[in-house]
Amino acid sequence: MAKPKLATCSLAGCFGCHMSLLDIDERLVELIDLVDLDKSPLDDKKKFDCVVDIGLVEGGCANEHNVRVLQDFRKNCRVLVSVGACAINGGIPAMRNLVGLRECLEEAYLNGPTIEDGGMIPNDEDLPLLLDRVYPSHEIVKIDYFLPGCPPSADTIWAALKALLTGKEPELPYQLFKYE
Amino acid sequence: MSEDKFTFTVDGIEIEAEAGQSIIQACDAAGVYIPRLCYHPDLEPAGHCRVCTCKIDGRRSSACTMPAAHGMVVESDTAELNGDRRILIEMLFAEGNHFCPSCEKSGDCELQALGYRLGMVAVTLPYLWPERELDATHPDIFIDRNRCILCSRCIRASRTEDGKTVFGFEGRGIHLRLNIDAKHLDETTLAAADKGVHVCPVGCIVIKRTGYRTPYGNRQFDQAPIGSEIEARRARPKRGVESK
Repeated sequence: MAKPKLATCSLAGCFGCHMSLLDIDERLVELIDLVDLDKSPLDDKKKFDCVVDIGLVEGGCANEHNVRVLQDFRKNCRVLVSVGACAINGGIPAMRNLVGLRECLEEAYLNGPTIEDGGMIPNDEDLPLLLDRVYPSHEIVKIDYFLPGCPPSADTIWAALKALLTGKEPELPYQLFKYE
Repeated sequence: MSEDKFTFTVDGIEIEAEAGQSIIQACDAAGVYIPRLCYHPDLEPAGHCRVCTCKIDGRRSSACTMPAAHGMVVESDTAELNGDRRILIEMLFAEGNHFCPSCEKSGDCELQALGYRLGMVAVTLPYLWPERELDATHPDIFIDRNRCILCSRCIRASRTEDGKTVFGFEGRGIHLRLNIDAKHLDETTLAAADKGVHVCPVGCIVIKRTGYRTPYGNRQFDQAPIGSEIEARRARPKRGVESK
């Protein structure tokens, strides 16, 4: 029987959750026995060519591109998991939700203390359009499971992944259940 | 059993109580934990947060304000009540700005700990992202209203324990906010030793330069769920043998 396929993506996150996945150390060997890695920044595969079993989403949605990637993941993953604080509630990037997008851009590109000669807000057509605010992934698509943490520890990710791959409900012991 | 003592049951467990005790006080003493947020054992109960709501003889009421009475039948640890409690916690997360990863109270926060205990993996309600003020003018204390859950513990403690009137509420409904009795915090009589500062269940009232003295991982709710210190009282064997 073919191994289940795993896909991952990093939206408005810091790649910390991916680092935490890699932090499972020698269990990586066990992981590659259990799954085939599909579309993911880890193998740089760019497109889905079939439906995969599990998708891990890191990061919330801060721009149009994040939303497209997330919708693509929903379409192509049987089980979609929000991994980490940013995917679950927007996390640190969502702090901009408290000041508004325009004010944020103006502070960064026009009025900040390190700006010289006026500055300008980047507006190249190749840049993804920023959303009015940063959204948790479950406000954009349906999410099947949530793995809180900033990042979820390697043990947390491993426990959940192993449960899902062996057809069990991921139930975390108390010490692995963290919002920070 | 002496005359002023009586019993009632919580989830089928017999609890011994004294006249004048609330349900939550009697349960705490007996080692049965009822989830709560605005209740603090040193303060008058307020019944604000509704987290301790139980079914008392079939009717919902807050266990912190309801006096225990003989023969009461209380339901607390049921899927229905715990589900409602989890939604209350979600509402508090959604209507404030709670960023656990960057909060110095993480691990010691009662709101967060209740989220863990009640199995809140994500807030399923839409976030409101309100505009809230931060006041760091005081040399020893800051107030970050992004994290305020309007439990009124600081208000009650300031009045009854500190003999001050530093804190109060202003506005109503969704506009309710924690107010202070001056324009800025450094113009108030608030001191870092005040009870009003220490009873905050979340990271709203914080003493400066103390936030990271205890590292993440070694904090109050890092290893065991909130309420386990109360539940440990029940497991403890009785002292000595009761003589007739």
